[in-house]
Amino acid sequence: MQRAMRHKSFAIGAALVALLIGTALLSFVWTPYSATELDIPNKLQPPGAAHWLGTDSLGRDIVSLLIVGSRNSIAVGLIAVGIGIVFGVALGLLAAARRGWVEELVMRFSDFAFAFPALLSAIMLTAVYGPGLGTAIVAIGIFNVPVFARITRASANAVWTREFVLAARACGKGAWSITWHHVLPNIAAVLIVQATIQFAVAILAEAALSYLGLGTQPPMPSWGRMLNEGQNMMYQSWLLAVWPGLAIVLSVLGLNLMGDGLRDLLDPRLARAR
Amino acid sequence: MGIFLLKRFATFVATLLAASVVIFAVQGVLPGNAAQVMLGESATPEAVQALSQKLGLDQPVAVRYGRWVRGLLNGDLGTSVAYDTPVSELIRERLAVTAPLALLAMALTAAIALTLGIYAAAHHNELGDVGVMAASQVGIAIPNFWFAILLILVFAVKLQWFSAGGFPGWADDPWQAFKALILPAVALAVVQAAILARITRSAVLDVLREDFVRTARAKGLNRRQVLWRHVLRNAFVPVLTVMGLQFANLLTGTVVVENVFSLPGLGRLIFQAISNRDLLVVQNVVMLLAAAVIVINFVVDVLYAVIDPRLKVHAS
Repeated sequence: MQRAMRHKSFAIGAALVALLIGTALLSFVWTPYSATELDIPNKLQPPGAAHWLGTDSLGRDIVSLLIVGSRNSIAVGLIAVGIGIVFGVALGLLAAARRGWVEELVMRFSDFAFAFPALLSAIMLTAVYGPGLGTAIVAIGIFNVPVFARITRASANAVWTREFVLAARACGKGAWSITWHHVLPNIAAVLIVQATIQFAVAILAEAALSYLGLGTQPPMPSWGRMLNEGQNMMYQSWLLAVWPGLAIVLSVLGLNLMGDGLRDLLDPRLARAR
Repeated sequence: MGIFLLKRFATFVATLLAASVVIFAVQGVLPGNAAQVMLGESATPEAVQALSQKLGLDQPVAVRYGRWVRGLLNGDLGTSVAYDTPVSELIRERLAVTAPLALLAMALTAAIALTLGIYAAAHHNELGDVGVMAASQVGIAIPNFWFAILLILVFAVKLQWFSAGGFPGWADDPWQAFKALILPAVALAVVQAAILARITRSAVLDVLREDFVRTARAKGLNRRQVLWRHVLRNAFVPVLTVMGLQFANLLTGTVVVENVFSLPGLGRLIFQAISNRDLLVVQNVVMLLAAAVIVINFVVDVLYAVIDPRLKVHAS
């Protein structure tokens, strides 16, 4: 723990991520004002004592909107990365354990899935099933699957060539037992690092989709939609287009720094290679 | 080389086919009646029936797929329901905005990233290197559409050097048209350049540690000569991979950034098509974008073999 806190990148990243998680948790028990209640007489207030960051065009308190919006980002990140890990890691482990045509099939599937970046999948799904947070999460999750499949396969292949795996095979252990007891624990560090990075990617993708109106729908606050509304009000109150962006940047920066730090701390070989 | 190219080409064609099947399935088969989706819940059964017939939805799935693929190959993509214009014509018009925008953004990305990446590697662990790394860390975290909004705030709203959006068209005033693409291209490029600069830096540093670099130095070449003659060519392989992947990001990034700047490109077309439930346009534009990504990946793979002959031997 002390070593982790001495690592500058990790410490700054962890602090920002803790702030994000803390904010999201806080939103369940307290916000300065209601994030959905309109207060038209107080619209477009500048930052001040009553409203620390001001109010939007419908009089909603910006701090409250940002606090509740963080919940969205975390939910999308968790579920989309969860989808990627469950399916991607399973496919990657299968490819590494079976090799041959199974591996070829998984890799070709990954190549193919890369032709559909999250935004493109979301557009395709939205055109048919309508816009919504669920569609956005599924699209971002699908995009994560080949990312995790590739990294799992590459890391697992490296573990399969190690002596202790050979020893386990000599002891009569089967492919699944080796995968579960030896391969997975040895690639966990790489997966954790990748998960933090994909979490950041998911936050960015959700914000973009919500900005376009394809993600979170009103009245649920979201940083991406706040930016869209902020852009429309740019000539009246330019700060509205700044705060949600800053919230996104700080969250993504925190996750990326934490990912970099974790890589150094969990796998010193990778740190040296960088 | 021949076998490698043949194998890679076969994978390329198979991936394109698979992409077309998935897009067709999602758009044309899974939701039930596409005509109902396009016309909305309030449409009369007669109207749905008429549109179904017009789109050929009453025919078997295989026939519809075959017709669509034939149309893709011939350039006959059907007629947009919302615009009442051939989809191929719509796409051609919009490509005149999106293609120059993506190319300009890619050129800017490469120029910024290679300069900063090589500079940082050449000044490893010095102040300049630390500065570039810190700036790129922040750059990676910035959403391109937010950066686009900030650019509008500074250069259009405050300084009034550029317009806040819109596109005058190439025919009337090419310079104004080009100018309208500068801010969007910068917004797309800066974020991508932050990623590429880091990759370039670490690729150059990796090659600088190789034995042949030490040999070249021992031979009497100075640092600059070694960098330009030996290091950059070898460092270019990982950089090229990432650039290929980034072009895909740029293409999808244009969808968002075109909307920020109200540019009439493919991104805006697809977005409007979603609002209008113009499924035929969505289907064809998604196919075009996916195909562009697949083609870029194919070209990058072939270029690898040209740059680094070891890769093609391994792949064969």
